[in-house]
Amino acid sequence: MPISSHAFGAIEASVYAPEIFAQGLPAAPRQAHEEPRQLAAEDAAPLLSLEGIGLSFGGVIALAEVDLSVRPGEIRAIIGPNGAGKSSLINVISGVYRADRGHVRLNGARYAQVPTQRLARLGVARTFQNLALFKGLNVLDNVASGIAYRTRSNFAGQILGIGRSRREQADQRGRADQILEFLHLTGVRDRLAGTLPYGLQKRVELARALVAEPRLLLLDEPMAGMTAGEKSEMAAYVRAARDRFATTVVLIEHDVGVVMGLSDRIAVLDYGRKIADGTPDEIRNDQRVIDAYLGVASENEEGAGI
Amino acid sequence: MSAITTDLSATELSKGANLSSWLAPLIVVAFAYIVVPLIGGSYLFEAILLPFLALSLAGVGLNILTGYAGQVSLGSAAFMAAGAFAAYNFNLRVEGLPLVASIVLSGIVAAAIGIVFGLPSLRLRGFYLAVSTLAAQFFVQWALTKFSWFSNDSASGVIDAPKLCIAGFEFDGAVGRYLFALTVVVILTFLAYRLVSSQTGRNFIAIRDNEIAARIIGIPVLRTKLLAFAISSFIIGVAGVIWAFAYLRTVEPAGFDLDRSFQILFIIIIGGLASIRGAFLGAALIVVFPLALSRLGNFLLGDVFDSGVLDMSQRIVLGALIILFLILEPDGLVALWDRVRRRLLLAWQSS
Amino acid sequence: MIADFDYQFFLEVLTGGLLSGVMYSLVAIGFVLIYKTSGVLNFAQGALLLFAALTFVSLVERGMPFALALAVTFAVMVALGIGIERAVLRPLTNKPPITLFMATLGLSYIIEGAAQLIWGTQVHGLELGIEDVPLEVGGVLVSQFDIFAAAVAAAMVLLLSLFFRYTRIGLSFRAVADDQFAALAVGLRLPLIWAGVWAAAGLVALVAGLLWGARLGVQFSLSLVVLKALPVLVLGGFDSILGAIVGGLLIGASEKLAEVYIGDYFGGGIESWFAYVVALVFLLIRPSGLFGQKLVERV
Ligand SMILES: Nc1ncnc2c1ncn2[C@@H]1O[C@H](COP(=O)(O)OP(=O)(O)OP(=O)(O)O)[C@@H](O)[C@H]1O
Ligand SMILES: [Mg+2]
Repeated sequence: MPISSHAFGAIEASVYAPEIFAQGLPAAPRQAHEEPRQLAAEDAAPLLSLEGIGLSFGGVIALAEVDLSVRPGEIRAIIGPNGAGKSSLINVISGVYRADRGHVRLNGARYAQVPTQRLARLGVARTFQNLALFKGLNVLDNVASGIAYRTRSNFAGQILGIGRSRREQADQRGRADQILEFLHLTGVRDRLAGTLPYGLQKRVELARALVAEPRLLLLDEPMAGMTAGEKSEMAAYVRAARDRFATTVVLIEHDVGVVMGLSDRIAVLDYGRKIADGTPDEIRNDQRVIDAYLGVASENEEGAGI
Repeated sequence: MSAITTDLSATELSKGANLSSWLAPLIVVAFAYIVVPLIGGSYLFEAILLPFLALSLAGVGLNILTGYAGQVSLGSAAFMAAGAFAAYNFNLRVEGLPLVASIVLSGIVAAAIGIVFGLPSLRLRGFYLAVSTLAAQFFVQWALTKFSWFSNDSASGVIDAPKLCIAGFEFDGAVGRYLFALTVVVILTFLAYRLVSSQTGRNFIAIRDNEIAARIIGIPVLRTKLLAFAISSFIIGVAGVIWAFAYLRTVEPAGFDLDRSFQILFIIIIGGLASIRGAFLGAALIVVFPLALSRLGNFLLGDVFDSGVLDMSQRIVLGALIILFLILEPDGLVALWDRVRRRLLLAWQSS
Repeated sequence: MIADFDYQFFLEVLTGGLLSGVMYSLVAIGFVLIYKTSGVLNFAQGALLLFAALTFVSLVERGMPFALALAVTFAVMVALGIGIERAVLRPLTNKPPITLFMATLGLSYIIEGAAQLIWGTQVHGLELGIEDVPLEVGGVLVSQFDIFAAAVAAAMVLLLSLFFRYTRIGLSFRAVADDQFAALAVGLRLPLIWAGVWAAAGLVALVAGLLWGARLGVQFSLSLVVLKALPVLVLGGFDSILGAIVGGLLIGASEKLAEVYIGDYFGGGIESWFAYVVALVFLLIRPSGLFGQKLVERV
């Protein structure tokens, strides 16, 4: 099985980073849920739902009849072996790919193709499986670019430094600085993004997505290629971000241990089809999932790699 | 070209160097205004500084499009030509229009043409876009030669520059034209610098580095690309005006051929992509180097070679220079300059 | 209006256009060869063409027999191709495509300069023994030279296709074109293959250089023939031989027709840019080009 996952429980994913909560965090316009989130989310209308999504490239079927619903405030994981169609799904949600069939419902509106250009305004932000930072900008400006869509001054005003342009720039950099602090990136604030180590670049991408305080955050393998320590750190950041900004998270991750500890519900894809969907406990015990995906792992309790 | 650093982040890297980062350009500008006119002879102005200024400005313009926004253009000379001929016609046909106004208007004409020929960038990328910018090159050159209206019915499209008169002050002679060109270049370069360190400039870089990510975070990709074409063409157009009005005084469309476009491209490669300083360093090399080469040839070998041979050798050496830079110093003279300066600084501190 | 339409004349123009289109295709194929295998848009293809034609003519003018001159020139082109691969492309491996493109731009300056430094700048006539007289084919007058050139180009294309399909090295070219990393993994030696590709491109340059040289005279402007091939490539795709052929025919035909039928409205001389506009308009309607599949960028 071509998957670099660890066995269940091999990693205790629910490692909190208490210092994150101790910090003063940027004031979010939407307050974090006070009451038990799970209860409130249970009967809320889905924030995002996919209905009958189908997508193919030439002869390759990337997605077939995929339905998915994501409730406000939950961390929704998507797992599956390589090539199962996980990234394609996120690309459909963010409008990078246009689905051949089906549609995406977002905040109640229905799209055949989600308008990528308006994504940020719709309150959706994402990260990419392969790093997609702006290498020629420093970390601060990379993160600030996440709210560049709010800029209202034009280039002439910016050149001459008149009107709202100065205030806008100060405001955007200020917000970016807060997020950098939140994710412990202040130390590399002025470094060119392309010169950072891989793990930090991944975190900067998360910062760029978070700075817009999105309602929906799509994370495509945010922990790929990280050490166990970095992974649990990242998991803590994701959870902290959700709790702080009341952001709904869709998360793709290969490390089953991390996923089980972090997510509220999990969907499993295999060859473009959704073969299971449920809570971590349900997924853990789903026979189809064990057969198709987790079989080897569950026999291999030590998580010695597959 | 792999790790493009921007002037912006370079200045921010050396925090607190705010004063000194302004000091150096200020000293250079003061030197250019005060000392150079006193010591320079007419050869220096006519053969070196005037073409240097015009080409530097064109390099700044192309760098905004190619270095910052990542859209390769092979048609820069077309925008120089558009600027030069537009200024000529505004000056000729609109009674009493001040020179400054015709220069600005000619920049706007060049920008408009730039937007039209930038439209393919909305759908094409990389080589496909680069090749399609050749359309601008050939179309503009053809139109200026074909329709003699543009050159006021002169033979083979030749135009003569008007007097350079601003607010009653006449920029006369080599030094006068130098000061005129210098002023235009300083102003536009300052504005260009402000642009690339603004939000718009960062949007250019974002689109260059990762177009999909830029679109996802809501940067208006199409509008920003066209803006890059417009601003770049504006600056290159004004560079064309300087080329025609201050440097050569008499130009024809054939002077703005494909070789000129390549020359400007070479300037930014040799100087350093995505760097305002780079355009100046590159232009300096491109202007001085052939002169030095022919001097050297004459000195070493006397007059045995005709100009054709010299021309060819220059071509060869120029080509070799490009390749050498791409292999050895892909970030251009700017990177070299910065390295040398850092070394010197270190040596100075340790002694 | 319709009644006035001279079909005979139209056909003649069309045929002439198609035949000159074949000549564009021939130049374009030289680009495609290199692009397919190494991802480089080789701007120096025109300079190579000039260099080949100039070398050949100069050798013949110095009394070398035709066949020998051809062989020597071919050998020189192969050596040049291998040299380019060694000196320019190898140090630039893994650099972005646009860097490689700029390098070939520099290369074209070197080759053009060298060609003229070695052989002089005067214009040479090139006689291939084919007269440029009109010939009547099915009631339509066609230039004999055009037919000859088209036949040679067609033979060239056939030769290359056979080569790619049936020889070992040809097959490894294709493997590299399909997937460089996979080819590397199965132990194909890329440098050898690249040298081979440059040699093949040199051969194409030689043939194209002779045909174009016979038509235009062998001189500096011969290297500008690339500018005719570029719109063909934009139209047909940089990586498709079939695209280069069909694109060349399309551009050749539309260019001639436009020159004859609408050129007057523009005051003539539109051939310098018309091909580009055709290519651009076509791409606006069909962004993936003539034969390109619709590729979705992976993220
Ligand atoms: N842009 C594309 N063009 C062609 N095929 C594609 C494209 N994107 C995805 N595919 C194909 O669709 C299938 C699903 O790919 P996808 O990237 O969605 O898988 P994944 O689950 O994200 O895999 P991984 O775990 O390796 O990231 C694969 O067979 C892939 O080759
Ligand atoms: Mg994926």
